[in-house]
Amino acid sequence: MSLQSWLTRHAQTLIGSLGAIVREPGGALMTMAVIGVAMALPVFLAVLLENSSAATANLNQGFDISVYLKKESARSRAPALAELWRGRNDVASVRVITADAALAEFRERSGFGAALDELTDNPLPDTVVVTPAVSASNPQGVADLEKVLAAAADVETVQVDGAWVNRLNAWLDILRRIVWLVAALLGSGVVLVVGNTIRLDILNRRSEIEVMKLVGATDGFARRPFLYSGVWYGLGGGALAILIVASAVQFLTGPVATLAALYGSGFKLQGMDVDVYLGVLGCAGSLGWLGSWLAATRHIRAIEP
Amino acid sequence: MIRFDQVHKRYPNGREALAGVSFSIAEGEMVFLTGHSGAGKSSILKLIALIERPTRGQVFVAQQNTNGIKSRGVPQFRRQIGVVFQDHKLLHDRPVADNVALPLIIAGVAKREVDKRVRAALDQVGLLGKERSRPLELSTGEQQRVGIARAVVGKPQLLIADEPTGNLDPDLALEIMRLFKRFNDVGVTVVVATHDLNLIDQVGARRIGFREGRVEAAGVGARGVEAPGAPASAAIGSVSNS
Repeated sequence: MSLQSWLTRHAQTLIGSLGAIVREPGGALMTMAVIGVAMALPVFLAVLLENSSAATANLNQGFDISVYLKKESARSRAPALAELWRGRNDVASVRVITADAALAEFRERSGFGAALDELTDNPLPDTVVVTPAVSASNPQGVADLEKVLAAAADVETVQVDGAWVNRLNAWLDILRRIVWLVAALLGSGVVLVVGNTIRLDILNRRSEIEVMKLVGATDGFARRPFLYSGVWYGLGGGALAILIVASAVQFLTGPVATLAALYGSGFKLQGMDVDVYLGVLGCAGSLGWLGSWLAATRHIRAIEP
Repeated sequence: MIRFDQVHKRYPNGREALAGVSFSIAEGEMVFLTGHSGAGKSSILKLIALIERPTRGQVFVAQQNTNGIKSRGVPQFRRQIGVVFQDHKLLHDRPVADNVALPLIIAGVAKREVDKRVRAALDQVGLLGKERSRPLELSTGEQQRVGIARAVVGKPQLLIADEPTGNLDPDLALEIMRLFKRFNDVGVTVVVATHDLNLIDQVGARRIGFREGRVEAAGVGARGVEAPGAPASAAIGSVSNS
Protein backbone atom coordinates (compact mmCIF):
# COMPACT_ATOMS: atom_id res chain seq x y z
CA MET A 1 0.00 0.00 0.00
CA SER A 2 1.49 3.35 -0.97
CA LEU A 3 1.93 6.07 1.61
CA GLN A 4 -0.51 8.29 -0.23
CA SER A 5 -3.32 5.76 -0.28
CA TRP A 6 -2.54 4.90 3.36
CA LEU A 7 -2.92 8.56 4.31
CA THR A 8 -6.06 8.85 2.21
CA ARG A 9 -7.60 5.86 4.00
CA HIS A 10 -6.79 7.32 7.39
CA ALA A 11 -8.16 10.72 6.44
CA GLN A 12 -11.34 9.09 5.14
CA THR A 13 -11.76 7.06 8.31
CA LEU A 14 -11.09 10.14 10.42
CA ILE A 15 -13.74 12.18 8.63
CA GLY A 16 -16.05 9.17 8.36
CA SER A 17 -16.00 8.54 12.10
CA LEU A 18 -16.75 12.22 12.73
CA GLY A 19 -19.60 11.99 10.23
CA ALA A 20 -21.01 8.99 12.10
CA ILE A 21 -21.00 11.00 15.34
CA VAL A 22 -22.66 13.97 13.66
CA ARG A 23 -25.37 11.72 12.16
CA GLU A 24 -26.19 10.10 15.49
CA PRO A 25 -25.05 12.57 18.10
CA GLY A 26 -27.16 11.34 21.04
CA GLY A 27 -24.85 8.86 22.72
CA ALA A 28 -21.71 10.63 21.56
CA LEU A 29 -22.74 13.95 23.10
CA MET A 30 -23.55 12.22 26.37
CA THR A 31 -20.11 10.63 26.42
CA MET A 32 -18.45 13.94 25.60
CA ALA A 33 -20.40 15.64 28.39
CA VAL A 34 -19.23 13.06 30.92
CA ILE A 35 -15.63 13.47 29.76
CA GLY A 36 -15.96 17.27 29.82
CA VAL A 37 -17.24 17.36 33.39
CA ALA A 38 -14.68 14.81 34.55
CA MET A 39 -11.81 16.75 33.02
CA ALA A 40 -13.09 20.19 34.03
CA LEU A 41 -12.62 19.45 37.73
CA PRO A 42 -8.84 18.84 37.78
CA VAL A 43 -8.24 21.55 35.19
CA PHE A 44 -10.22 24.05 37.25
CA LEU A 45 -8.34 23.07 40.42
CA ALA A 46 -5.06 23.48 38.55
CA VAL A 47 -6.11 26.96 37.41
CA LEU A 48 -6.97 27.96 40.98
CA LEU A 49 -3.67 26.56 42.20
CA GLU A 50 -1.67 28.44 39.58
CA ASN A 51 -3.47 31.61 40.61
CA SER A 52 -2.67 30.97 44.27
CA SER A 53 0.98 30.51 43.37
CA ALA A 54 0.91 33.71 41.33
CA ALA A 55 -0.80 35.59 44.16
CA THR A 56 1.80 34.50 46.69
CA ALA A 57 4.81 34.73 44.40
CA ASN A 58 5.41 38.41 45.15
CA LEU A 59 5.07 37.66 48.86
CA ASN A 60 8.40 35.89 48.64
CA GLN A 61 9.92 39.32 48.25
CA GLY A 62 8.33 40.16 51.58
CA PHE A 63 10.71 38.07 53.66
CA ASP A 64 12.08 40.22 56.43
CA ILE A 65 14.52 38.86 58.98
CA SER A 66 14.32 40.47 62.41
CA VAL A 67 17.54 40.10 64.40
CA TYR A 68 17.06 40.77 68.12
CA LEU A 69 20.27 41.72 69.90
CA LYS A 70 21.21 40.72 73.40
CA LYS A 71 19.86 43.10 75.99
CA GLU A 72 23.13 43.51 77.86
CA SER A 73 25.13 44.35 74.77
CA ALA A 74 26.28 47.86 74.30
CA ARG A 75 23.86 49.92 72.30
CA SER A 76 26.50 50.83 69.86
CA ARG A 77 26.63 47.26 68.47
CA ALA A 78 23.46 47.68 66.41
CA PRO A 79 24.79 50.25 63.89
CA ALA A 80 28.03 48.28 63.53
CA LEU A 81 26.21 45.03 62.74
CA ALA A 82 23.90 46.88 60.36
CA GLU A 83 26.91 48.29 58.58
CA LEU A 84 28.51 44.83 58.39
CA TRP A 85 25.44 43.14 56.95
CA ARG A 86 24.65 45.94 54.57
CA GLY A 87 27.79 44.98 52.69
CA ARG A 88 26.61 41.43 52.00
CA ASN A 89 25.57 40.34 48.48
CA ASP A 90 22.45 38.57 49.66
CA VAL A 91 21.13 41.54 51.61
CA ALA A 92 19.03 44.26 50.02
CA SER A 93 18.63 46.64 52.94
CA VAL A 94 19.14 46.87 56.67
CA ARG A 95 17.17 48.95 59.12
CA VAL A 96 17.96 49.52 62.78
CA ILE A 97 15.16 49.90 65.32
CA THR A 98 16.66 51.02 68.56
CA ALA A 99 15.12 49.89 71.83
CA ASP A 100 13.97 53.46 72.54
CA ALA A 101 12.31 53.79 69.17
CA ALA A 102 10.65 50.41 69.61
CA LEU A 103 9.32 51.38 72.99
CA ALA A 104 8.02 54.67 71.69
CA GLU A 105 6.24 52.90 68.87
CA PHE A 106 4.83 50.30 71.24
CA ARG A 107 3.64 53.00 73.62
CA GLU A 108 1.86 54.72 70.77
CA ARG A 109 0.26 51.64 69.29
CA SER A 110 -0.64 49.53 72.24
CA GLY A 111 -2.34 52.10 74.39
CA PHE A 112 -0.44 50.88 77.43
CA GLY A 113 1.27 54.25 77.74
CA ALA A 114 0.54 54.75 81.42
CA ALA A 115 1.55 51.23 82.35
CA LEU A 116 4.80 51.54 80.46
CA ASP A 117 5.63 54.67 82.40
CA GLU A 118 5.88 52.46 85.49
CA LEU A 119 8.82 50.61 83.95
CA THR A 120 12.16 51.77 85.21
CA ASP A 121 13.97 50.07 82.41
CA ASN A 122 13.23 49.54 78.71
CA PRO A 123 12.57 45.78 78.33
CA LEU A 124 12.88 45.83 74.56
CA PRO A 125 16.09 44.93 72.73
CA ASP A 126 17.66 46.68 69.82
CA THR A 127 16.51 45.15 66.56
CA VAL A 128 18.12 44.98 63.16
CA VAL A 129 15.66 44.23 60.33
CA VAL A 130 17.39 42.65 57.33
CA THR A 131 15.66 42.41 53.97
CA PRO A 132 17.26 39.77 51.73
CA ALA A 133 18.28 40.61 48.19
CA VAL A 134 15.96 39.36 45.44
CA SER A 135 18.47 36.61 44.60
CA ALA A 136 18.18 35.27 48.15
CA SER A 137 14.42 35.71 48.42
CA ASN A 138 13.60 32.03 48.42
CA PRO A 139 13.23 29.57 51.28
CA GLN A 140 16.78 28.22 50.87
CA GLY A 141 18.46 31.62 50.53
CA VAL A 142 16.59 33.00 53.50
CA ALA A 143 17.48 29.98 55.61
CA ASP A 144 21.18 30.38 54.72
CA LEU A 145 21.12 34.07 55.54
CA GLU A 146 19.28 33.37 58.77
CA LYS A 147 22.08 31.02 59.84
CA VAL A 148 24.77 33.63 59.14
CA LEU A 149 22.90 36.32 61.07
CA ALA A 150 22.26 34.04 64.04
CA ALA A 151 25.98 33.22 64.28
CA ALA A 152 27.00 36.86 64.78
CA ALA A 153 28.09 38.01 68.25
CA ASP A 154 25.51 39.65 70.50
CA VAL A 155 22.58 38.20 68.59
CA GLU A 156 19.84 36.86 70.87
CA THR A 157 17.37 35.41 68.35
CA VAL A 158 16.62 35.62 64.66
CA GLN A 159 13.05 35.53 63.41
CA VAL A 160 12.02 35.16 59.81
CA ASP A 161 8.81 37.13 59.40
CA GLY A 162 8.00 35.30 56.19
CA ALA A 163 7.74 31.84 57.78
CA TRP A 164 4.08 31.73 56.90
CA VAL A 165 5.00 32.07 53.23
CA ASN A 166 6.98 28.85 53.56
CA ARG A 167 4.01 27.14 55.14
CA LEU A 168 1.74 28.43 52.39
CA ASN A 169 4.13 27.12 49.77
CA ALA A 170 4.19 23.74 51.51
CA TRP A 171 0.39 23.69 51.42
CA LEU A 172 0.40 24.60 47.77
CA ASP A 173 2.79 21.72 47.08
CA ILE A 174 0.41 19.30 48.77
CA LEU A 175 -2.56 20.72 46.88
CA ARG A 176 -0.63 20.42 43.65
CA ARG A 177 -0.17 16.71 44.31
CA ILE A 178 -3.84 16.37 45.18
CA VAL A 179 -4.68 17.91 41.82
CA TRP A 180 -2.49 15.30 40.14
CA LEU A 181 -4.24 12.53 42.07
CA VAL A 182 -7.67 13.85 41.12
CA ALA A 183 -6.52 14.21 37.53
CA ALA A 184 -5.21 10.64 37.47
CA LEU A 185 -8.42 9.23 38.93
CA LEU A 186 -10.71 11.20 36.65
CA GLY A 187 -8.42 10.46 33.69
CA SER A 188 -8.90 6.75 34.35
CA GLY A 189 -12.61 7.48 34.50
CA VAL A 190 -12.42 9.06 31.05
CA VAL A 191 -10.65 5.98 29.68
CA LEU A 192 -13.36 3.73 31.12
CA VAL A 193 -16.23 5.91 29.85
CA VAL A 194 -14.81 6.00 26.33
CA GLY A 195 -14.10 2.28 26.49
CA ASN A 196 -17.67 1.53 27.46
CA THR A 197 -19.11 3.75 24.74
CA ILE A 198 -16.87 2.13 22.14
CA ARG A 199 -17.87 -1.30 23.40
CA LEU A 200 -21.53 -0.44 22.77
CA ASP A 201 -20.65 1.02 19.35
CA ILE A 202 -18.92 -2.22 18.45
CA LEU A 203 -21.85 -4.36 19.61
CA ASN A 204 -24.19 -2.19 17.51
CA ARG A 205 -22.05 -2.73 14.45
CA ARG A 206 -21.27 -6.36 15.05
CA SER A 207 -22.65 -7.60 11.74
CA GLU A 208 -20.71 -4.95 9.84
CA ILE A 209 -17.47 -6.04 11.50
CA GLU A 210 -18.30 -9.65 10.67
CA VAL A 211 -18.76 -8.77 7.01
CA MET A 212 -15.47 -6.88 6.96
CA LYS A 213 -13.65 -9.81 8.47
CA LEU A 214 -15.28 -12.17 5.96
CA VAL A 215 -13.84 -10.22 3.07
CA GLY A 216 -10.37 -10.15 4.58
CA ALA A 217 -10.22 -7.25 7.02
CA THR A 218 -7.60 -7.49 9.75
CA ASP A 219 -8.53 -6.64 13.33
CA GLY A 220 -6.53 -3.46 12.88
CA PHE A 221 -8.60 -2.38 9.90
CA ALA A 222 -11.88 -3.05 11.69
CA ARG A 223 -10.60 -1.26 14.77
CA ARG A 224 -9.48 1.93 13.05
CA PRO A 225 -12.83 3.77 12.83
CA PHE A 226 -13.44 3.06 16.52
CA LEU A 227 -10.06 4.48 17.47
CA TYR A 228 -10.90 7.67 15.63
CA SER A 229 -14.32 7.80 17.32
CA GLY A 230 -12.54 7.52 20.66
CA VAL A 231 -10.26 10.42 19.74
CA TRP A 232 -13.28 12.51 18.71
CA TYR A 233 -15.05 11.70 22.00
CA GLY A 234 -11.93 12.78 23.88
CA LEU A 235 -11.48 15.99 21.89
CA GLY A 236 -15.15 16.89 22.27
CA GLY A 237 -14.97 16.28 26.00
CA GLY A 238 -11.73 18.25 26.26
CA ALA A 239 -13.27 21.22 24.43
CA LEU A 240 -16.24 21.08 26.79
CA ALA A 241 -13.90 20.98 29.80
CA ILE A 242 -12.12 24.09 28.54
CA LEU A 243 -15.48 25.81 28.07
CA ILE A 244 -16.55 24.90 31.61
CA VAL A 245 -13.30 26.10 33.18
CA ALA A 246 -13.24 29.33 31.17
CA SER A 247 -16.83 30.05 32.24
CA ALA A 248 -16.01 29.29 35.87
CA VAL A 249 -13.01 31.64 35.78
CA GLN A 250 -15.17 34.30 34.18
CA PHE A 251 -17.77 33.73 36.90
CA LEU A 252 -15.21 34.23 39.70
CA THR A 253 -13.16 37.06 38.22
CA GLY A 254 -15.31 39.90 39.62
CA PRO A 255 -15.53 38.72 43.25
CA VAL A 256 -11.82 37.81 43.31
CA ALA A 257 -10.84 41.28 42.05
CA THR A 258 -13.07 42.82 44.74
CA LEU A 259 -11.44 40.70 47.44
CA ALA A 260 -7.96 41.53 46.15
CA ALA A 261 -8.82 45.23 46.17
CA LEU A 262 -9.89 44.96 49.81
CA TYR A 263 -6.41 43.60 50.54
CA GLY A 264 -4.98 46.51 48.58
CA SER A 265 -3.76 44.19 45.84
CA GLY A 266 -4.23 44.55 42.12
CA PHE A 267 -4.40 40.76 41.75
CA LYS A 268 -6.61 39.48 38.96
CA LEU A 269 -7.77 35.89 38.38
CA GLN A 270 -5.99 34.49 35.32
CA GLY A 271 -7.53 31.98 32.93
CA MET A 272 -5.51 29.38 31.05
CA ASP A 273 -2.82 30.05 28.49
CA VAL A 274 -3.20 28.75 24.96
CA ASP A 275 -0.61 26.03 25.60
CA VAL A 276 -2.69 24.79 28.54
CA TYR A 277 -5.74 24.68 26.25
CA LEU A 278 -3.77 22.62 23.78
CA GLY A 279 -2.45 20.42 26.57
CA VAL A 280 -5.98 19.71 27.81
CA LEU A 281 -7.13 18.89 24.27
CA GLY A 282 -4.13 16.68 23.63
CA CYS A 283 -4.59 14.89 26.93
CA ALA A 284 -8.32 14.37 26.29
CA GLY A 285 -7.67 13.06 22.78
CA SER A 286 -5.02 10.66 24.07
CA LEU A 287 -7.25 9.35 26.85
CA GLY A 288 -10.06 8.84 24.32
CA TRP A 289 -7.69 6.97 22.02
CA LEU A 290 -6.46 4.80 24.89
CA GLY A 291 -9.98 3.96 26.05
CA SER A 292 -11.14 3.04 22.56
CA TRP A 293 -7.97 1.09 21.88
CA LEU A 294 -8.45 -1.03 24.99
CA ALA A 295 -12.12 -1.71 24.25
CA ALA A 296 -11.81 -2.16 20.48
CA THR A 297 -8.82 -4.47 20.63
CA ARG A 298 -10.61 -6.79 23.02
CA HIS A 299 -14.09 -6.77 21.53
CA ILE A 300 -13.16 -6.82 17.85
CA ARG A 301 -10.93 -9.83 18.41
CA ALA A 302 -13.93 -11.58 19.95
CA ILE A 303 -16.10 -11.04 16.87
CA GLU A 304 -15.59 -13.87 14.41
CA PRO A 305 -17.89 -14.57 11.50
CA MET B 1 -7.42 -25.82 -6.13
CA ILE B 2 -9.22 -27.47 -3.20
CA ARG B 3 -8.52 -30.79 -1.54
CA PHE B 4 -10.22 -32.24 1.53
CA ASP B 5 -8.38 -35.12 3.15
CA GLN B 6 -10.27 -37.18 5.75
CA VAL B 7 -11.82 -34.05 7.23
CA HIS B 8 -13.90 -34.31 10.40
CA LYS B 9 -15.77 -31.38 11.87
CA ARG B 10 -17.46 -31.55 15.23
CA TYR B 11 -19.04 -28.34 16.55
CA PRO B 12 -18.77 -27.33 20.21
CA ASN B 13 -22.41 -28.37 20.72
CA GLY B 14 -21.37 -31.94 19.88
CA ARG B 15 -22.96 -32.11 16.44
CA GLU B 16 -20.75 -33.93 13.96
CA ALA B 17 -21.11 -32.00 10.71
CA LEU B 18 -18.45 -33.82 8.70
CA ALA B 19 -17.39 -37.40 9.30
CA GLY B 20 -14.28 -38.05 7.25
CA VAL B 21 -14.76 -36.21 3.98
CA SER B 22 -12.29 -36.45 1.13
CA PHE B 23 -12.62 -34.90 -2.33
CA SER B 24 -10.76 -32.52 -4.56
CA ILE B 25 -11.68 -29.76 -6.95
CA ALA B 26 -9.36 -28.88 -9.80
CA GLU B 27 -8.33 -25.38 -10.77
CA GLY B 28 -10.85 -23.78 -13.12
CA GLU B 29 -13.58 -26.27 -12.24
CA MET B 30 -17.18 -25.46 -11.37
CA VAL B 31 -18.66 -27.72 -8.72
CA PHE B 32 -22.00 -27.90 -6.96
CA LEU B 33 -22.17 -29.17 -3.41
CA THR B 34 -25.61 -30.66 -2.80
CA GLY B 35 -27.52 -32.26 0.02
CA HIS B 36 -30.22 -31.51 2.55
CA SER B 37 -29.64 -28.79 5.07
CA GLY B 38 -27.38 -30.18 7.75
CA ALA B 39 -25.70 -32.58 5.32
CA GLY B 40 -22.42 -30.71 5.67
CA LYS B 41 -22.17 -28.53 2.57
CA SER B 42 -22.14 -25.27 4.52
CA SER B 43 -19.44 -26.66 6.79
CA ILE B 44 -17.34 -27.42 3.71
CA LEU B 45 -17.55 -23.79 2.57
CA LYS B 46 -16.79 -22.50 6.07
CA LEU B 47 -13.70 -24.67 6.21
CA ILE B 48 -12.57 -23.37 2.81
CA ALA B 49 -12.97 -19.74 3.93
CA LEU B 50 -11.36 -20.50 7.32
CA ILE B 51 -14.53 -19.43 9.11
CA GLU B 52 -14.24 -22.82 10.79
CA ARG B 53 -11.30 -25.13 11.34
CA PRO B 54 -11.39 -28.90 10.91
CA THR B 55 -11.50 -31.02 14.06
CA ARG B 56 -9.39 -33.62 12.24
CA GLY B 57 -7.99 -34.00 8.75
CA GLN B 58 -6.55 -31.50 6.34
CA VAL B 59 -7.96 -28.90 3.98
CA PHE B 60 -5.81 -27.62 1.14
CA VAL B 61 -6.78 -24.43 -0.66
CA ALA B 62 -4.61 -23.15 -3.52
CA GLN B 63 -1.81 -25.56 -2.56
CA GLN B 64 -1.86 -24.27 1.02
CA ASN B 65 -2.55 -26.52 3.97
CA THR B 66 -5.01 -24.35 5.89
CA ASN B 67 -4.03 -26.00 9.17
CA GLY B 68 -0.76 -24.11 8.83
CA ILE B 69 -2.44 -20.70 8.59
CA LYS B 70 -2.43 -18.95 11.93
CA SER B 71 -5.26 -16.60 12.83
CA ARG B 72 -3.02 -13.65 11.98
CA GLY B 73 -2.76 -14.93 8.43
CA VAL B 74 -6.49 -15.48 7.98
CA PRO B 75 -7.36 -11.98 6.63
CA GLN B 76 -4.68 -12.22 3.95
CA PHE B 77 -5.86 -15.74 3.09
CA ARG B 78 -9.50 -14.66 2.74
CA ARG B 79 -8.58 -11.92 0.29
CA GLN B 80 -7.80 -14.55 -2.36
CA ILE B 81 -11.29 -16.04 -2.07
CA GLY B 82 -14.56 -14.48 -3.17
CA VAL B 83 -17.46 -15.47 -0.93
CA VAL B 84 -21.18 -15.10 -1.72
CA PHE B 85 -23.72 -15.57 1.08
CA GLN B 86 -27.34 -16.60 1.00
CA ASP B 87 -28.33 -13.51 2.99
CA HIS B 88 -25.96 -11.29 0.91
CA LYS B 89 -24.35 -9.80 4.06
CA LEU B 90 -24.34 -6.27 2.64
CA LEU B 91 -23.81 -3.12 4.68
CA HIS B 92 -27.21 -1.47 4.48
CA ASP B 93 -26.05 1.97 5.54
CA ARG B 94 -23.63 2.28 2.63
CA PRO B 95 -24.29 2.69 -1.07
CA VAL B 96 -23.80 -0.20 -3.48
CA ALA B 97 -20.45 1.13 -4.70
CA ASP B 98 -19.04 1.21 -1.17
CA ASN B 99 -20.21 -2.34 -0.53
CA VAL B 100 -18.53 -3.61 -3.67
CA ALA B 101 -15.39 -1.57 -2.95
CA LEU B 102 -14.97 -2.97 0.58
CA PRO B 103 -12.53 -5.81 -0.25
CA LEU B 104 -10.37 -3.44 -2.32
CA ILE B 105 -10.31 -0.80 0.42
CA ILE B 106 -9.37 -3.46 2.95
CA ALA B 107 -6.58 -4.61 0.66
CA GLY B 108 -5.38 -1.01 0.32
CA VAL B 109 -5.97 -0.54 -3.40
CA ALA B 110 -5.55 3.05 -4.62
CA LYS B 111 -8.74 5.12 -4.94
CA ARG B 112 -8.71 5.54 -8.72
CA GLU B 113 -8.13 1.82 -9.23
CA VAL B 114 -10.97 1.06 -6.77
CA ASP B 115 -13.48 3.16 -8.73
CA LYS B 116 -12.50 1.52 -11.98
CA ARG B 117 -12.74 -2.03 -10.66
CA VAL B 118 -16.01 -1.40 -8.82
CA ARG B 119 -17.59 -0.20 -12.05
CA ALA B 120 -16.19 -3.19 -13.91
CA ALA B 121 -17.58 -5.60 -11.29
CA LEU B 122 -21.01 -3.92 -11.31
CA ASP B 123 -20.98 -4.08 -15.08
CA GLN B 124 -20.30 -7.81 -14.96
CA VAL B 125 -23.35 -8.42 -12.78
CA GLY B 126 -25.51 -5.99 -14.76
CA LEU B 127 -25.88 -3.33 -12.10
CA LEU B 128 -24.01 -0.46 -13.72
CA GLY B 129 -25.77 2.77 -12.79
CA LYS B 130 -26.86 1.54 -9.37
CA GLU B 131 -23.66 2.68 -7.63
CA ARG B 132 -25.35 5.26 -5.40
CA SER B 133 -28.39 3.14 -4.49
CA ARG B 134 -28.72 1.69 -1.01
CA PRO B 135 -28.93 -2.11 -0.87
CA LEU B 136 -32.46 -2.00 0.58
CA GLU B 137 -33.69 -0.02 -2.44
CA LEU B 138 -32.82 -3.00 -4.64
CA SER B 139 -34.70 -6.24 -5.23
CA THR B 140 -33.47 -9.45 -3.60
CA GLY B 141 -31.99 -10.63 -6.88
CA GLU B 142 -30.17 -7.34 -7.34
CA GLN B 143 -28.88 -7.45 -3.78
CA GLN B 144 -27.48 -10.90 -4.45
CA ARG B 145 -25.77 -9.57 -7.55
CA VAL B 146 -24.21 -6.81 -5.45
CA GLY B 147 -22.92 -9.57 -3.19
CA ILE B 148 -21.46 -11.35 -6.21
CA ALA B 149 -19.87 -8.14 -7.49
CA ARG B 150 -18.24 -7.70 -4.09
CA ALA B 151 -16.99 -11.30 -4.22
CA VAL B 152 -15.39 -10.93 -7.65
CA VAL B 153 -14.13 -7.33 -7.47
CA GLY B 154 -10.81 -8.52 -6.05
CA LYS B 155 -10.40 -10.90 -9.03
CA PRO B 156 -10.13 -14.02 -6.88
CA GLN B 157 -9.16 -17.34 -8.40
CA LEU B 158 -11.72 -19.07 -6.20
CA LEU B 159 -15.37 -18.12 -5.79
CA ILE B 160 -17.51 -19.91 -3.20
CA ALA B 161 -21.24 -19.41 -2.67
CA ASP B 162 -23.52 -20.76 0.03
CA GLU B 163 -27.11 -21.20 -1.22
CA PRO B 164 -26.84 -18.06 -3.37
CA THR B 165 -30.28 -18.66 -4.89
CA GLY B 166 -32.06 -19.75 -1.73
CA ASN B 167 -34.29 -16.70 -1.60
CA LEU B 168 -34.86 -16.24 -5.32
CA ASP B 169 -37.61 -17.37 -7.67
CA PRO B 170 -36.53 -19.92 -10.33
CA ASP B 171 -35.93 -17.44 -13.16
CA LEU B 172 -33.75 -15.19 -11.02
CA ALA B 173 -31.98 -18.25 -9.59
CA LEU B 174 -31.06 -19.48 -13.03
CA GLU B 175 -29.82 -16.02 -13.96
CA ILE B 176 -27.54 -15.99 -10.89
CA MET B 177 -26.23 -19.47 -11.69
CA ARG B 178 -25.45 -18.42 -15.26
CA LEU B 179 -23.54 -15.50 -13.81
CA PHE B 180 -21.40 -17.92 -11.81
CA LYS B 181 -20.92 -19.97 -14.95
CA ARG B 182 -19.64 -16.91 -16.78
CA PHE B 183 -17.00 -16.34 -14.13
CA ASN B 184 -16.09 -20.00 -14.38
CA ASP B 185 -15.77 -19.60 -18.15
CA VAL B 186 -12.96 -17.09 -17.65
CA GLY B 187 -11.03 -19.47 -15.41
CA VAL B 188 -12.33 -18.83 -11.91
CA THR B 189 -12.83 -21.96 -9.80
CA VAL B 190 -16.46 -21.85 -8.60
CA VAL B 191 -17.93 -23.86 -5.73
CA VAL B 192 -21.65 -23.44 -5.08
CA ALA B 193 -23.59 -25.11 -2.29
CA THR B 194 -27.25 -25.56 -3.19
CA HIS B 195 -30.14 -27.92 -2.62
CA ASP B 196 -31.76 -27.04 -5.93
CA LEU B 197 -30.99 -30.08 -8.11
CA ASN B 198 -33.20 -28.80 -10.90
CA LEU B 199 -31.01 -25.75 -11.24
CA ILE B 200 -27.86 -27.84 -11.47
CA ASP B 201 -29.32 -29.76 -14.35
CA GLN B 202 -29.94 -26.52 -16.18
CA VAL B 203 -26.45 -25.15 -15.66
CA GLY B 204 -24.51 -28.37 -15.81
CA ALA B 205 -21.41 -28.93 -13.74
CA ARG B 206 -19.88 -31.54 -11.50
CA ARG B 207 -21.90 -32.33 -8.41
CA ILE B 208 -20.71 -33.60 -5.06
CA GLY B 209 -23.58 -34.83 -2.92
CA PHE B 210 -23.49 -34.92 0.86
CA ARG B 211 -25.56 -36.89 3.32
CA GLU B 212 -25.05 -36.83 7.07
CA GLY B 213 -21.56 -35.44 6.87
CA ARG B 214 -20.27 -37.84 4.20
CA VAL B 215 -19.77 -37.64 0.45
CA GLU B 216 -22.73 -39.52 -0.94
CA ALA B 217 -22.77 -39.15 -4.70
CA ALA B 218 -20.94 -37.42 -7.45
CA GLY B 219 -21.71 -36.84 -11.08
CA VAL B 220 -22.61 -34.37 -13.77
CA GLY B 221 -26.08 -32.91 -14.06
CA ALA B 222 -28.37 -34.82 -16.43
CA ARG B 223 -28.26 -32.17 -19.09
CA GLY B 224 -24.75 -31.35 -18.04
CA VAL B 225 -22.60 -29.00 -19.99
CA GLU B 226 -18.97 -29.65 -19.29
CA ALA B 227 -17.14 -26.58 -18.17
CA PRO B 228 -14.37 -25.58 -20.56
CA GLY B 229 -10.92 -26.24 -19.20
CA ALA B 230 -12.31 -28.52 -16.52
CA PRO B 231 -13.30 -31.94 -17.81
CA ALA B 232 -16.00 -32.83 -15.32
CA SER B 233 -15.93 -36.54 -16.08
CA ALA B 234 -12.23 -36.73 -15.28
CA ALA B 235 -12.75 -34.91 -12.04
CA ILE B 236 -15.27 -37.48 -10.83
CA GLY B 237 -12.43 -39.91 -10.36
CA SER B 238 -10.87 -37.72 -7.69
CA VAL B 239 -13.92 -37.94 -5.50
CA SER B 240 -13.69 -40.66 -2.96
CA ASN B 241 -16.29 -41.67 -0.47
CA SER B 242 -14.94 -42.40 2.96
